[in-house]
Amino acid sequence: MTKRPLHPEDFGENPWDPLPELPGHSSLGRLERVLRRGEFAVTAELNPPDSADAEDVYKRAAVFEGWVDAINATDGSGANCHMSSVAICALLTRAGFAPVMQISCRDYNRIAIQGNVLGAAALGVANLLCLTGDGVQSGDHPEAKPVFDLDSTSLLDTIRTMRDDRRFLSGRKITAPPRVFIGAAENPFAPPYDFRPLRLAKKIAAGAQFIQTQYCFDVALLARFMARARDLGLTEKCFILVGVGPLASAKTARWMRTHVAGVHIPDDIIARLEGAKDQKAEGKRICVDIIQQVREIAGVSGIHVMAYRQEEYVAEMVEDSGVLKGRQPWRRDLKAPGIDLAKRLHDNLVASHEAPV
Amino acid sequence: METPAAFEPRGRRHRHADRFAWRFVSIRHARALETFYAGFERLLVWLAPLAARVGWERLERPVAFLEAGVKGMLFDCRMCGQCVLSSTGMSCPMNCPKGLRNGPCGGVRADGNCEVYADMPCVWVKAYEGSLRMADGARIAEVQPPVDHRLKGRSSWLAVSREKSGLGSAPAAAAGKKGPTS
Repeated sequence: MTKRPLHPEDFGENPWDPLPELPGHSSLGRLERVLRRGEFAVTAELNPPDSADAEDVYKRAAVFEGWVDAINATDGSGANCHMSSVAICALLTRAGFAPVMQISCRDYNRIAIQGNVLGAAALGVANLLCLTGDGVQSGDHPEAKPVFDLDSTSLLDTIRTMRDDRRFLSGRKITAPPRVFIGAAENPFAPPYDFRPLRLAKKIAAGAQFIQTQYCFDVALLARFMARARDLGLTEKCFILVGVGPLASAKTARWMRTHVAGVHIPDDIIARLEGAKDQKAEGKRICVDIIQQVREIAGVSGIHVMAYRQEEYVAEMVEDSGVLKGRQPWRRDLKAPGIDLAKRLHDNLVASHEAPV
Repeated sequence: METPAAFEPRGRRHRHADRFAWRFVSIRHARALETFYAGFERLLVWLAPLAARVGWERLERPVAFLEAGVKGMLFDCRMCGQCVLSSTGMSCPMNCPKGLRNGPCGGVRADGNCEVYADMPCVWVKAYEGSLRMADGARIAEVQPPVDHRLKGRSSWLAVSREKSGLGSAPAAAAGKKGPTS
């Protein structure tokens, strides 16, 4: 199948440059353009390395290349310590990838967060995802001080104020505001179920422009949530990307639903995994099935693939589900003529390795 | 061992789901408390001239002590000093270990209990229940600003009295030496 080429609006002068301005867009990034054009967007979550090696980030991003519109850099997900999201995003933008920088309220106060937002925007990060963050009890440092100075909603409001009113929370002026597309998370699969759509409305009122949901393994529950969101007119005000991912085995699924906060896996999914000869392959098939079902729900603008430790299968699942409809997301070799990005990237890496210790 | 929470100025421990606590009774009677609070607020405003004469700062400690006792029993109040109970179904949001003032996190367990304290009902599950009982429960949709940590331990009754009567300065300016710089 011949692929539809990258949209001309999605090229910058250099892959690592911000894209040319478009009216009605709040960011200079690719994800917002894809969504506003009405394309079905695909984002994926990068497993952050426990290392200080930039190569580890590039290697992990490479498996998504050409298959996703943006890559999420998690911020101490599950309250475990990894390379920081702002650093991962800085590395990704250097190579031209479009990162979604996750910001968790668990680890820093309003002074640190606002500083990071400005810094990230200066480094070319166009998408931010505002999260409350998992409690410290679930991670590798349960003795840590939980900060939670802001919550996800007040964080959205803070970033929107920084961008649109050009002010910090204190009221002090910002000379060049961060041009960012602001996102939030939602979990339609956790109680209080009836409050969830209202909470989504609250987040949109606070500034959310796109939503990435928790893992969806229960399409009926999602459909109910989406119906309510449509009734409230929320799907016209923000883009909803549904979280999906493959389960490696029935055992993993059982472990996840008891140990990972906010993950709801119905019994029939576990039964289907258990009944399969090859559980890993069945996990991927279930994921593809779910992608195809959520795509049909009105108001769903895309998917967010969280394939923890199975990142190499993301391309295959996106392909099998057919959600891109032949569209070619950005790849390093699709570039404006006359620029050798591979060489530039190589030079950058060599330079960073040669830096004095 | 108790996991540390974001907002614990008074060292209160969390409430178990299956044990009696006035907090849960208060949430069940959110409607009645809402009516009471409307009258109480009028009383506070009516008393404002007297309070202004006595001196707001002189009243601060005794009133905060009284408020902590009453609201401590009724709501497990943490004395954040900027009460939002009317917007949270009479469920004090500072009992959330993440101190969330705008809604539940994504970690709420299937049984409606807290992600951090598995034996405590989620503050926001309760808040939503309470808001459904209230006449003006829709206030749960108001976006709440982040906590002003300078107000911790101060009386929100006096703050309401001061602000609504127009007889005193805004609580933030009264609490700290330095107000927001703009």
